[in-house]
Parts: sequence; structure tokens; C-alpha cells
Amino acid sequence: MSEALIRTAEPPTPEAVEAAWRRVQLARHPQRPRTLDLVPRIFSDFLEMHGDRSFREDPAIVGGPAMLEGRPVMIIGHQKGNDTDSNIFRNFGSPHPEGYRKAQRLMRLADKLGMPLVTFLDTAGAFPGPDAEERGQAEAIASSIKLMTSLQVPIVVVIVGEGGSGGALAIGVGDEVLALENATYSVISPEGCAAILWRSPDAAPMAAAAMRMTAADQLELGVIDQVIEEPGEGAHSDHAGTASAIKSALLAALGRVTRLDTETLLTTRYARLRGFGVVRETEPSARAGPEQASLRRRIGRLLGLPGVPRRPRWSEIWPSGDDTNQQNEGDA
Amino acid sequence: MPIKFPFSRRRTVPADAWTMCPDCDSQIFNRQLERNLRVCPTCGHHFRMSIGERIDLLLDDGSFAERDAGLESADPLAFHDQKPYPARIEASQVKTGLRDAAVWGTGRIDGQTVAIGLFDFRFMGGSMGSVVGEKLARCFEAALAERIPAIVVSASGGARMQEGTLSLMQLAKTTAPLARLDVAGVPFISILTDPTTGGVLASFASLGDLILAEPKALIGFAGARVASGTVGEDLPEGFQSAESLLEHGFVDQVVPRDNLRATLSRALKLLPVAAVDDGSEAAEARPWGPIGVLSGIAERLGGAVGESIGINVDEAPAARQEPQR
Repeated sequence: MSEALIRTAEPPTPEAVEAAWRRVQLARHPQRPRTLDLVPRIFSDFLEMHGDRSFREDPAIVGGPAMLEGRPVMIIGHQKGNDTDSNIFRNFGSPHPEGYRKAQRLMRLADKLGMPLVTFLDTAGAFPGPDAEERGQAEAIASSIKLMTSLQVPIVVVIVGEGGSGGALAIGVGDEVLALENATYSVISPEGCAAILWRSPDAAPMAAAAMRMTAADQLELGVIDQVIEEPGEGAHSDHAGTASAIKSALLAALGRVTRLDTETLLTTRYARLRGFGVVRETEPSARAGPEQASLRRRIGRLLGLPGVPRRPRWSEIWPSGDDTNQQNEGDA
Repeated sequence: MPIKFPFSRRRTVPADAWTMCPDCDSQIFNRQLERNLRVCPTCGHHFRMSIGERIDLLLDDGSFAERDAGLESADPLAFHDQKPYPARIEASQVKTGLRDAAVWGTGRIDGQTVAIGLFDFRFMGGSMGSVVGEKLARCFEAALAERIPAIVVSASGGARMQEGTLSLMQLAKTTAPLARLDVAGVPFISILTDPTTGGVLASFASLGDLILAEPKALIGFAGARVASGTVGEDLPEGFQSAESLLEHGFVDQVVPRDNLRATLSRALKLLPVAAVDDGSEAAEARPWGPIGVLSGIAERLGGAVGESIGINVDEAPAARQEPQR
């Protein structure tokens, strides 16, 4: 990543905060098109498949094969509801582990049959309840990510609404990642970030701006490859127009990635994932050990001569300090 | 950069000579706590350990060599909450003497060379940003290139919010090399210590070929606060403990600290790096001969991944036919 990404830290301006929060609201708009609204408008002959073959069906993730311009592709997407009843049925688009295991089943099938994979991201995050924990939410997400990194078919990811943390990334590792203009992508919900860093959920708009979670920001950070413009006032105002914009971007992206042979595809994907992040390589102070002992010291230690200090232990270099007053600054 | 001078003498009279056990409320003399591997002598509560103490606990004396020690965080988002991100980094560096929340290097366990990554929870909650992700990815890649087992001792709150989605991408960056270890036949052992949550658990930490956990360690996907806020119900006691994960099948063993090194040493012998039939005597001398004959690993290595991991496998057929479009 380039040095240009390293800026000086200053709090976001009120305009930036308002603009970021407006995008978050649009990404969460109740009339925003969901995966099952978009699929019939982009693909023909979608065959929905259910169940993880292990525990149960999770309606928060949908998927199955469909035709795109006469060629079969595999589709996987988060599915939110459109009203209270359907949202309860879909668990507000927050999958349980079995949802990710169903997704993995479909990924393996795509791999087996050599079909490109297209995924649609729209979730506030994976469900954090105790039942999800018991069935291994973290393991389900981790193995889904791992499977996608080594899948031998091309993957195109479309962020439609909310890209909520690990629950989104679990089906969001791709060769090309596209996002609708008002979609968001973040490591934690702005509310969660505000609660931890500002100690107040009211700071959510501020957190949204600070995390730079809009599609345009993500493009600048190199996390996504392309922003798809939404028609009219936003995707919620024109589902058909949104679908056709996604379709043309999708066809172009698939055209690019399906041209690569398997080896190039996997090498390129690995390099893409491997390149994420910004680090500074400062002076490589590689140490062979706690100290570079002189010959005299080494011989002295070997023979147990008096007056030779013993070798310092690593726990003296990196000791435990005060254990109290720790706060969890990680992500949920 | 005010990094703690590493060779300074220990305070001879520590101001805080006693620590109270949070489990049984007994007062423990700090010297005794350290001698007892930071385990409460009364109730067995496992206190958190620093990276230095972990190295001394697990690795042969003087065998650890740190790699990529110079990696430091940048501030790609120009992140600013109540404090700028660089100020938080600096405070943690002063507190711990580390440059970031993780360290990796090579070392030996009873003479067996391993690539090992370790976390310190005191450094911004052990959170994983670009530097931690980069170090672990390099740790796994070194294990792959040198064909030595990889071990990671996790203690982390998850992905680092201050680097936004770049931190989220570290989940994929640290997981991708693990798929290559699978193909190459190199084992990965994940050790979960208190606490391991969020994005670290939702990536490499859950994917060990062998997963060990310390007793009563908090291990879970979502912090208890997040979970109860979202589902709006009281959570059962201990549902994110190491023991609960063992019961539900996500951990192989819960191992008390005084037994951890011995267990690791045994595991390294029982789960050796797969031998590749490279014609060498070492491969021939394996208990089951060159493993390629048995499992077709040579065949697997002949594919795309074989090229990139630099292992020469003669006359191996292509791993897979490319899908015909």
C-alpha cells in the first residue's frame, strides 16, 4: 500500500460525519433491495438450495445455482426481510453458524462443478447469541473464509447494503469486490465502535465517519475494486434500475476473472489478500536472543565461572505489568 | 519513540508486591505467582502472561529468535476518537515494551524447531491490525517455506477498530496461508488463552489442526456485552469458557499451564510435518515411508500451490483439470 494512505490524524469534520451517517442510513434503508429482490432481475432460473446437511436451514443466507446470460453460476447471499414478519423469519439477516456451513456446501459444489461464485453481502453481522456460540460461530466464519481463499473457481463479491464485519467477510473473500454506492463495509457496527471508544452509543455517526466505512472510502483504501452507481435517490427507489447496474458491473467483472487460468487466479487472489494493510518496516532490530553474549561470557557461563552474569530471560525483557485496568479495545 | 529500554534491571522492591486472585480473593505474593507460572496456588486461576513469560514457558532456553521485529503500525485511516490512534499505540508501547500486540519468531520445543506467534493482551487488547496480521502471515509462510510446524498463542479482543476494514481484511490475510499449509502437509497448532474473542477467533485461531486452551479462558465470538445487548437476554454462566468449547467440540484439550509445554512437545512428535518424497534419505527413513505414496500429497503438491511453495515434485500430474467453459 502506498505512503499516500498515511495521513495525519484529526477528528472528522461535522460535514463528513453527517455525510457518512447518511450513507449508513441508506445502507440500512428498509426498502433497499435484498438478495432475493435482485436475483430474479439479474439471473434467470434460480434454483434455491436449503440446509447445511448437519443441523438445520438458516433463512438468513440464501443460495443456489442460476443462469447468467446462458451460463450457470453459483449464488450465495445474506437475506434480510422486508417487513417485521419476514425480518423475524430471516433473523434480520444475521446468520447462525449453519448459514455459513450451508454457504460452504454451495462453495464446494461450485468448486466441484467449475462454476463461478457470485456473493451478495448485506448483514449487520453474524448473530452473536449463545446458541450461535455453542454451534461454533467463530469456527464457521473462519472455515468459510479459509475455503474461499483456496476455491479454484472465480469469485465476485457484491456489497449490496451493510457489510458487517466477520459475518460479511465470511462470504466476502473474492477476486473482485464491487459495492453499491450507498453500501457500507466496516469492522464493527458504528454503534459498537462508539460504545467502546466513545463510551456512548450517541457517537455512532462520529464512529461511522472515523472508520471510513462508505463505499467511496473503501475504494480509496483498496478494500473494494469498484463502486456501482445507484439510480435516482438510491437503490431503495428503483430496484430494477439497481439490478441492471449490478448486472452490467457483474458481467464485466466475471469477464475479467474467468479469463485467468486456475493457477493465475489463485496466485492473484493470494497476493490480493496478502497485500491488505499498511505497515511500516522500521529498522529490523532482529535479535538472536535476549543478548548477544560475548565469547568470554559464553565460556564463563559454560564453566560456571563466578562474576559472569547469567543470561537474561525473555520474561525480564517483556515482563507482565499491572494486570488491572484493562479494557477490551478489540472488535466484537 | 519511547520504547522501554529492554535490559533495565527489575525493580528490587516492587511497589505492588501482592496480587489478589480475582477468583478466590486470596492474596498472592508476586514472586510466588511468577514461580508458579502465574497460576493461583490456591484455586488454580490462570493469570494472563506476557509474551516474554510465554516464551520462557514454552520454548527451549535461549532458542527463540524474533523475526520482523521492526514492523510498526501506520495510521491509514487517520483514525481519531477521543485520542488519535498513534497516541494509543505509543501508550501501549510504553506500557509493554513491545512494538505491537504480537511477536513472531522461531524457536525450539524439546529440540523441535517451530515457527511461533504470540499475543500480548495488554497492547490495545491484543487487537489485530495490519502489523499483527502481517507478522502472523509471515509466521505461517515461514512455516511453509521451512517445513516446520506453526504455533500461535492467542490472547486478543479481535480486530483493531482503529484500522477499520483493513483490520477486517487481516482475517483473510492470516487465513489464506493456512490453506497452503494444508496442501503442503505442515501442521498448525492453535493455543487459546484468556481471552480470545472476535476476529482472531473467527480466523486462524479456530483453524488449528490441534486446538488447545487454557483452563477457564474466555473464548467466544462476540463479547458478552455485545451478545446480551443484541439478543436481550441473560447469558448462561460460562458459555464462553474453554471448558464449554471443549464440551461443544471446538477445542481438542483444555491443558493446565504446567502441562502445556509437555503437551506441545508430545503433539509435535505425534503430528509431524508430512515427508515429501524428494528422494532424500530423510523421507525414506520416515516411519511410513514417503507420505506421497500413501495419501497422494505429491499429486496435490503438483498443482498451482506446489509452484508457489517451492517444492519440486517430479512427474506429478496436474492437481486438477481446469473447468471447461
